[in-house]
Amino acid sequence: MTVALSGKDIASQLEEKFPGSVEETGQDSLVVKSDSLLAVAGYLKDTGSLAFDYLNYITAVDYYSYFEVVYQLTSLKHNHSVIIKSRCYGRENPAVPSVVGLWQSADFQEREIYDLMGIKFEGHPNLKRLFLWEGFQGHPLRKDYL
Amino acid sequence: MTTTEMMTLKTEPFVLNFGPVHPSTHGVYRMRATLDGEVILDIEPVVGYLHRGIEKLAEERTYSGFIPLTDRLDYISPMSNNLGYCLAVEKLAGIKVPERAEYLRVIMAELQRLANHCIAVGSFLNDTGAYYTPFMYAFREREKIVDLFDMACGQRLTYNYMRIGGVSQDIPDEFLPALKRLVEQLPRWVDEYDVLLKQNEILLARTKGVGVLPRETAINCGISGPVARGSGVNWDLRKADPYSIYDRFEFDIPQGEAGDCYDRYRVRIEEMRQSLRIIKQAMNDIPAGPVRADVPHLIRPPKGEAYAHIEAPKGELGYYLVSDNSIAPYRCHIRPTSLINLTALREMVKGWKVADLIAIFGSIDITMGEVDR
Repeated sequence: MTVALSGKDIASQLEEKFPGSVEETGQDSLVVKSDSLLAVAGYLKDTGSLAFDYLNYITAVDYYSYFEVVYQLTSLKHNHSVIIKSRCYGRENPAVPSVVGLWQSADFQEREIYDLMGIKFEGHPNLKRLFLWEGFQGHPLRKDYL
Repeated sequence: MTTTEMMTLKTEPFVLNFGPVHPSTHGVYRMRATLDGEVILDIEPVVGYLHRGIEKLAEERTYSGFIPLTDRLDYISPMSNNLGYCLAVEKLAGIKVPERAEYLRVIMAELQRLANHCIAVGSFLNDTGAYYTPFMYAFREREKIVDLFDMACGQRLTYNYMRIGGVSQDIPDEFLPALKRLVEQLPRWVDEYDVLLKQNEILLARTKGVGVLPRETAINCGISGPVARGSGVNWDLRKADPYSIYDRFEFDIPQGEAGDCYDRYRVRIEEMRQSLRIIKQAMNDIPAGPVRADVPHLIRPPKGEAYAHIEAPKGELGYYLVSDNSIAPYRCHIRPTSLINLTALREMVKGWKVADLIAIFGSIDITMGEVDR
């Protein structure tokens, strides 16, 4: 059974290492500030006791006042998982750092989110629309898109 | 021309547009392949020809009203799509499923895996050049399974059989005897594949050592299902994170070592045998009783979010649902197995020839309905 690690435990570890990086903690998830996301993700992947080597999925949710990017990580070695979230405020130019350098599985998924939700992934090697054509206006999965 | 002159012959890379309408792209996948002669230098996937915006459509439908749309994701294995979605809603709303329904779900999901692997193996052999004969053999088997689905829910392709809290209806009396006959016949058919193909030199030459996906790359690229297990990743959600009642059955997780096309093909054949083992146990233990919990047609799950994933025939299929306590999901994200499994394709085909590209692509087993959604 995959154990869902408690967000609080991981948050306390992260607070020690990266003070001020955690915005909020939930039962099996935690919200990380977008400017420290890359450092946190690298730490989660490379720390032996956590070893999150597998990125299950990335998705994004539009909550009107902010966009939430959701990452579910699993460690195949320890069989545990956690959900990391990052919020970007403002509808004009939302952006989070890309994690393609850490987990290649982010490649298509980040392009998909950019395409449908309009969130930029800074540092993505090939950030262009995945499903819709270049020149398409708007981002259909946003709540204000009709 | 002397040999030395031929060796120094200058060639220039050119771009070959492959698909979207091509029999070996399993739908409408398109690749822009940069070739040097027949050797692949790079490929750029172009997807979206089948994009229907299913995730957006979910936000306009009730929770139960979305089930028929899940059939259209991976249309080769709709039962698994139904199951994954229903598990996510049940997790979100805290619904308990009756025992008989759990058994029926497992039987259907495993039959679906068999049907999917029939197509996967058949079309893979098609791609490696064994034109249509093995494909038709595989369809013979699949036909029997589809007949069973037809018996249970009246549909042959888009089943829409699972419901939130169970399944739509109980199986008819003639279902279990027919399933028993099938379970007796199928192993013989699977063995037949083995005899015909295991030591077939052409198949071995086309698949052994071709399109190797190393274990570390597979994990880093988020690959799941038979493709990952072919590369030696010991990861099957039925064992690693058991859902439904999979913890009650005995079965093995077949694995490859080399991570080449042949191993992926072998893993699928072996998985068919393991699925039969699960079905045998499930049909012996299936209890009597209701097949659906008392769930109203319109449900309002409490505010929150849930992610449920299953080991679909092609790999990890997951649904991430966000509820705002209304009758429709606030957000429904589908973890697309097929799309993520394609991540590594570019690395796998570099340096191989065009004909190998077809074989490697076929060995991944994707459905465009799930890639594009």
